[in-house]
Formats: sequence, structure tokens, C-alpha cells
Amino acid sequence: MSDFAQHLINGVAAGTIYALVALGYTMVYGVLKLINFAHGDVMMVGTFLGYGVAQKLGYEHQSSLWGVLAIFLAAMAACAVMGFLMERFAYRPLRDKPRLTALITAIGISFTLSYGFQLDFGPLPGAAPRAFPEIIAPREWLIIGDRAVVIWNWQVISLAIAIGLMLILQALVYRTRFGRAMRAVSFDHRTAALMGIPVDRIIALTFMLGSALAAGAGILYAIKDTAIQPLMGLYVGLKAFVAAVIGGIGNVPGAVVGGLLLGLVEEFVVGYSSSSWRDAVAFGFLIVVLLVRPGGLFGRVAAEKV
Amino acid sequence: MPAWLRGLVPVLIAIAVLAVLQLLLGHLPFFVYLASIVGVNVILAVSLNIVNGMTGQFSIGHAGFMAVGAYTAGKLSFLLKDVAIAGLPAVVSDQVQFLGTLLAGGAAAAICGFIVGLPSLRLRGDYLAIVTLGFGEIIRVIVQNMEVFGRALGLSGIPQTSSLFAVWFCVFLVVLVARRIVGSTHGRSLWAIREDEVAAEAMGVNTTGYKVRAFVISSFFAGVAGGLFAHFVPIINPGSFTFVKSIEVVVMVVLGGLGSTTGAIVAAVILTLLPEALRTLFLQLGGLGAGVSLAQKVDQIRMPVYGILLVVLMLVRPQGLFGTREVWDLLPRWIPRARKGLT
Amino acid sequence: MRSALAAVLTSCALALVGCEKKASAPPPPSAPSGGTAAAPSGGTPGVTGDTILLGEVGSLTGSEATFGISTRNAIELAIREVNAAGGVKGKKIEIRVYDNQSKPEEAAQAANRLINQDNVLLILGEVASSNSMAMAEKAQPAKVPMISNASTNPKVTEIGDYIFRVCFIDPFQGYVMAKFAHDNLKLTKVAVLRDLGSAYSQGLADVFERKFTEMGGKIVARETYTKGSTDFRSQLTAIKRASPDAIYIPGYNDIGLIARQARELGVTAKLMGGDGWDSEKLFELGGSAIEGSYFSNHYSPDDPNPRIQKFIADYKAAFGSVPDSLAALGYDAAMVAVDAIKRAPSFDRAAIRDAIAQTKNFPGVTGTITLDDKRNATKPAVVLEVGKGKTKYVATIAP
Repeated sequence: MSDFAQHLINGVAAGTIYALVALGYTMVYGVLKLINFAHGDVMMVGTFLGYGVAQKLGYEHQSSLWGVLAIFLAAMAACAVMGFLMERFAYRPLRDKPRLTALITAIGISFTLSYGFQLDFGPLPGAAPRAFPEIIAPREWLIIGDRAVVIWNWQVISLAIAIGLMLILQALVYRTRFGRAMRAVSFDHRTAALMGIPVDRIIALTFMLGSALAAGAGILYAIKDTAIQPLMGLYVGLKAFVAAVIGGIGNVPGAVVGGLLLGLVEEFVVGYSSSSWRDAVAFGFLIVVLLVRPGGLFGRVAAEKV
Repeated sequence: MPAWLRGLVPVLIAIAVLAVLQLLLGHLPFFVYLASIVGVNVILAVSLNIVNGMTGQFSIGHAGFMAVGAYTAGKLSFLLKDVAIAGLPAVVSDQVQFLGTLLAGGAAAAICGFIVGLPSLRLRGDYLAIVTLGFGEIIRVIVQNMEVFGRALGLSGIPQTSSLFAVWFCVFLVVLVARRIVGSTHGRSLWAIREDEVAAEAMGVNTTGYKVRAFVISSFFAGVAGGLFAHFVPIINPGSFTFVKSIEVVVMVVLGGLGSTTGAIVAAVILTLLPEALRTLFLQLGGLGAGVSLAQKVDQIRMPVYGILLVVLMLVRPQGLFGTREVWDLLPRWIPRARKGLT
Repeated sequence: MRSALAAVLTSCALALVGCEKKASAPPPPSAPSGGTAAAPSGGTPGVTGDTILLGEVGSLTGSEATFGISTRNAIELAIREVNAAGGVKGKKIEIRVYDNQSKPEEAAQAANRLINQDNVLLILGEVASSNSMAMAEKAQPAKVPMISNASTNPKVTEIGDYIFRVCFIDPFQGYVMAKFAHDNLKLTKVAVLRDLGSAYSQGLADVFERKFTEMGGKIVARETYTKGSTDFRSQLTAIKRASPDAIYIPGYNDIGLIARQARELGVTAKLMGGDGWDSEKLFELGGSAIEGSYFSNHYSPDDPNPRIQKFIADYKAAFGSVPDSLAALGYDAAMVAVDAIKRAPSFDRAAIRDAIAQTKNFPGVTGTITLDDKRNATKPAVVLEVGKGKTKYVATIAP
């Protein structure tokens, strides 16, 4: 029983990170219908930026609340700028072209970032993994029995951030003018433009928001799993993408639920069956969900326009 | 000339040309290796173009089908290594076995294509992409878990029976099939599905049926490409058939122009040779006195440069090199055109 | 119908012409030598004027880049030293390094290029066994000597008589740790956590499980993870349920994270591993969680032997980081090659091959290297205990 509880906690912790990265995927997809393959790599860049800031501030194990905030904000702001540049120069010129072309530029950016960061000269980090400083000092939040079940403070913090972000984003999309504009652009960006909505600005802002989210998710990921390296975006990005699709891509609560579900499924496969089939089960789960509910758990299958 | 013979003319010409090339160039190992890699990538790109280009579906699991073909053919060849067909000289028996394993690899991949395609081709748009991606990953996990497939180490000891001739004859076959599809009723239906699936269905096109058939043909050739690959590398391991490999093939198809067979060929050739060419270029630069360490570092720069080139190419020519046209559509007027629709 | 006929006929034709090609196949074995005869000035491959050109294939990018880069650095260091000491037989050594993106087909292509285009004298590399095997499949038929620095799978050198290695093989290293766990630590219940995507990890784990069971121990849990994953909590929770005395984890840099997460979950079992652990990342990623663990290695960094201390100091001075075990093996591979070139009567590849095969009691960083008749290095292994920021010598186990 106690290890069931521990598996549950592990699964939720892993799922939280998937959910946070999936949020960025889902927002960009919702507005642009673009699978932004570079999203995971933006996350990687954000994490390395956070690492750089932490080094500059000289944190090894412990830091103040302000320090943590500075690390998060610096990385998120820098990634927002990066997201803006990517959108402006790599995606906007291709907006009215076949969707596959934008996908290829996304792949190109992904290759450039993930392989570029493997270079070991100049300010680039090289391929070796680095240990992210423990900017949130790890503390047991709850211990049951003789350390049979342990919950850590950062697990609670991450989950709270993920759910908080989900609620904020949901409110942003459904309660604000900006959100209404986003939904209009998502529905039909040409008509939206005719209605006086500044389409370019809305898309750019969405991109910046998504990239900033990725940076935040990356740092939380680094707090959880310590090691950061240039290819991490590829692995986490793929899983997060799967999570977004399971939840129904383009849907904000769907991304969070999808992320948590994927985390839990993976966890319980390892816990109660064989760990070597973990990835196969994750993707098998995805396929089954798609076959039963082609739009994902929360997605709607839009009626075809004739 | 009787009609049935006319259909064979291109095949005979191809055989003759390839046999001559084999005799002239077959003894240059590096050339043969590069040509084989290029050939395999051309087969992958042209076959994926049948699904992604002509039918307008979006599959990103081609490496998975390639893996099925490679492991099936590789394992069979490995098992048959010490078996010879009675009454035939060893070399002939080897080649017959090689052919058999290629067909088996293709067939296995085609069966997988059918199993994956039938349910998922009913889904629209990006979801097929995700299902194929999932399939590719599942294949990799299966291979990693099975002792018969050598797990992480992969299959080794596959006889190197592939040759320049074999690879490029398969290239010829896949191109022939692709061109024949374009010119046929089948191709027209695929084109209709690509342009507007609902309208095509309204016109009485069995969309699921056509899509599944296109997918199965595409998977078959991906399997053959994998089989060839296994016989010249000649070691296969799960690391060769990752998601990144699938993406490379998609990039070739998009770069060449979705729906353009010759475009896919040109793009596959360019993208396969580009890293090798960059290597040569950087070596030349590094040789100018900057010394050994530069030459070593530059090899690492190849992949980021490749990524940047992709972005630039897409921005400059978003429709791909040829759009939906073929090479000869771009030739000056006075050169005689190939006839449309080789039926 | 017609196309079916065409298909049948073409396949027959394919088979027939295929045979024609194979009939003319006998020449190729001699073709490489023909190629070497036509080699640019001098007539000996890899040797032009006053330089000797060696080749190396490594994973400079991709999932195994860390190992490829430290190997490359160490080989560069070795070559610099040799050249500073006046080179070999009055000639400077040059090395050409190609990246294989951690993929076998790229390794085969790079080896092919080194052999046929650049015409190198011999090839060094690779770390991953599958990449080494792909290279060996090209080097053996062309009769180019190849020394693998760190491919531990027994199959690598079985490919042919031109393929050598300077590291010990999986069956030996797995045995070392099983013996240490059983005899020295007196453990009976061990769990095994392996990397599913790594042939090295699989090989060591298999041997360890077999040997440890033969010695009377019990494997109480078998778990796996995949390359690139950073969350091992699910596997560790499952292992915790079996309450083992120790966990055997043959891995690379992942081990620091595994140790951290194990302690975080309250797993108190001892951790044990192989030479892949030897990296300064072990301390950086593992922190205090890794202290008190054991791993088998080629040498002990606190061995007072001047050869070892000089290597560590030089490497630190040149690249600003502590060498890992792969760097040490890369250095030895290059030095064994140079030694063989010195001893060989000529620059002929066959002569070099014979000289490498005769390597005996060569004083390397990773121990005294003697190549046996299966072209594998035989040398004792040491077991190290991880302390605070450094390792401590515990035992030596001979083959």
C-alpha cells in the first residue's frame, strides 16, 4: 500500500512537468495549428539560462526567495524574446504557406539549438550534463511511516504552480479581451483580421507566453531531476507533446490532465509491470486514446467545412 | 513492338546501365557506400512522398517501417548465412537469398503498414502523424527488449551481399512505381484526396481504401530500404531508426516539394551528401594552417549548420525546390517533354 | 497483368545480374592493396613525407557525445606528447577525427572515408560497441588495423584479426563486481538497474546477474531505464519494495541522479557499478548521495604511479577538466598504436597489425596492457569506493 502511494506521488511529480511543457505546446497549436517542435529546445535554452543566472548569483545549494524569482524571471523573459524572434523571422513569413513548411523550420530550429548547445567552445555548454543548483532547498514536506512514503516541498510547489498556471491561462483565454482575440485568431485568422484584431501581435504574444512557460517548466524540471543537458528538450518535448495530444491539443485543461495521466501511466507500468516496456505503453496509450476519442480526451472533433 | 515488351523497355535499360556502373565503379568502397546510403534515402523519400506528397497525409514514422524491414531482412540473412540453395553456385544462391530477404522485409513492413494504417488513416490531419510517431517508438522498444534482435547492441554479422546494382535497381523500381501511380486512376484519386478529402469522397472516391493502399505501398518500400541498409552497413541497432531518422526523411520530401517525385530524389541526394560535403569543405579550410584542432572541431558544427540551412531554405523556397512539379517541367521549352501519364 | 510479368522478369534479372556481379567479386579482396599501391607519393598508406596520418571515429555529437569528446581530447593529448618528443621514426603524427553522431551507419561511413579517401595508417575508436563493430566491418576487409579504446562487448574483436582493443571485456568486469559483492561485501540480495538502450550496460548487467547467481547470491529485482531519461523514481520505488542489500547499476552519468533519487526515496541499499562511473560528473551530479558506493575501474586516480599522475595533471592542464575512464582508455589506445608503429619494421599495415598483436606488458595509464590471442587486453581491475569529491582504492581483482 505504501509503495502504491509513493508511485502515485512520483507519477504526479513527473506528470506535472509534462503538463507544464504541454501547456506551451497546446497554446501555440491552438492559435497557429503549428506543432512547434522547437518547444522542447526552447525549454532547454531557458533551463541553461536559469543555470547561468544561478551561477552568476553564486547559488550552490540555497537561495533566497528573491534569488529564485530572479532566476525564473530572467530565464522566462529571455525565452519570451527568443520566442518572439522565432515567430517573427522563422514562422510568420510562412504563415500562409502549407503547414508542413513551418514544421520543417521548427525542426531546423530544434536541430540548431540542440546540436548547437553541444558545441564546447565560446559560451556554449558542451554535451556533458550539468548539475542544476538546488535553488529551492529540498525539504521533506510529509513523511509517512519509516520513510515509506516521502513527499518533498518542491513536488508540492511544482504541482501548485502547474495548477495555478492552468487556472490563470484558462481565465486568460476565456475571460480577457486578449483571450477572446486568441480564440478568434484560432478560429479563422483572416476573418479575425477583418474584424480589427491585430493578428500578428496576438500570435507573437502567444508565442512569447508559450516560450516563457517553457523556460519556467524547464527550471522546475531541473529542480526535480537535477541534470540538464542539450538533448533534454528532445526527450521531454516528445513526451509533453504526447501529453498535449492525449488531453486534446489546443485545450488548456486537457494539457494538464494529459500530462498528469501520462506521468501516472508510465509510473504504474514501471511499478507493477516491466520497466522496459514503459515507452511502448506510453505510446500505446496515446494510440488507444486517439482511436477511441480522435480529438483527445478534451478535444472536440470539428465538423468538416464543405 | 508488342505492348508487353514496351512496358519492359525502361527496366531493361536500367538493368544495362546499372550493370555497367557496377562493373566500372563497384570496386570503390567509399563511393559504393555513399551511393548506397544515398540510394536508401532516395527510396525512403520517394516512398514517403507517396503518402505525404501525393495523398496529403502526414506520416512521421517512416523509420519504424524501415526498422521492420531492416530487422526482418537482416535476421533472415543472418540465419541463412550458412545455408546455400542446392544446385546453384554460392554467389547466385547468396543473391537469391538476398532478394528473398528484401522481399520478406518489404512484406513485413507492408503488413505493419496495413495494421497501423487501417485504423489511423480514418483520423484526420496531425493525428496520423502522432500515431505513426508512436508506432516508430513502439517498434524501437520492442527491438530493444528482444534477445533475438540483439537488443541495444543490435544485429551484427549480416552478410554484406548488397551492391551498387541492387540498391539502385530498387531505387529505379520505387521511382517507376511512383511515376506509374501518378499517371493512373489511382494517382488521380490520391491527388483528389490531397486537394479536398470531403469533395473526393463526394465524388465517389473510397478515401480510406486509397489512403490505406498508398500507405501500404509506401511502407513496403521503406521495408525494402531497411533491408538494403542492413546488408551494407552491415550492423543495425535501434539507434539508427529513431524519430530523428523519420524527421530526416520528412525533411527530404518537403524540401523537394510535396508531391514531386524528382524533387524528393534531388532533395534526398543533396541532404545525404551535404554533411559529407561540409566535412570535405571544413577539412580544406582547416588544412589551411589553422591546424588539427580546428579540423576536429568543425565536424561538430555540421549538425547546427544543417539546421540553419533548413530554416533558410524553407524561408527562401517554402514550396520546396520543385513545388509539385517534376524536374523536366522546369526545363527550357525546346527540350522535348516526357509524356504526361504513362499508362 | 503486364506489370506483374514485368516484376517477375525483373526480379529474375536482378538475381542473374547479381550473380554476375558476385562472380567478379574475387578481385575486391585484392582491390584495397591495389588502392594502396596507387596511394599518393611514397606508396605506404597514411605516410606522406614527414607525417603519419591516423584516423579516429568518435561520437562528437548525439547521445554519446560526452564520451566521444573526452576520448578525442585524450587522443589529442597523446599525439601532442608524442610529437613534442620528436614524433615516430622522424615523422610527426597527425590525426583526423570524424564524428559519427553516435550512429553505426555514420560510423561505418566515417571509417570508410578514413580508409579509402584519407588513406590513414590505422583507425582508433569507438566507445559504443555497435559503432565499433560497424567500423570493424569496414576496417577488416580493407586490412586496416583498428584499436577500439572502450568497446567492451566480446563480439567486437571477433570480427577479425585486424581489430584490437585496450579495455577489458564485459564478462571480466561483470565478474569482478559480482566477486567483490559476494566475497568482500558479503552481500546476498542484489537488485540490478540497467540502461535498456546501452549495449555496455546490458552486457555488464547480464554477466553480473549470471556470475552473482552462480556464486550463490540472489537477484531480487530487475529494472531498466532508457537512455536520456532523468527520472528513475518509479524504478527505485519498485526496487525498494524488494529491499535489496545493494543495487548494481552499470551506467554512465545517469548514476549521479539515480543515487540522489534513491536517497530521496529512502532507499538505503549500497550502490555498485562499472567503469562508466569514472567521471567528474559523478560527484557533480551525485553530490553526497553517491558517497559510500563502489565501482570497478581500470586504474585508481590516487595511485602514486607517476604515469597515472602525469596523465591526470596533463589532461587537466590541457582541457580544464578531470579525465574520465574513457579518456584514459583513449590515451592508451593512441599510445599502444604509436608504440606499435615504433616497433614495426615498416609502415606496412600488415606489419603494424603484427606489432600491435605482439603488444606485451605495455605500461599504460589503465594498467599494464598485454593483448591476448583474441586481441583483447588482459589486465587486472581495481574496485574503488566513492568518497567526498574523490575515490578511494579498495581492492584489486585479477582475471
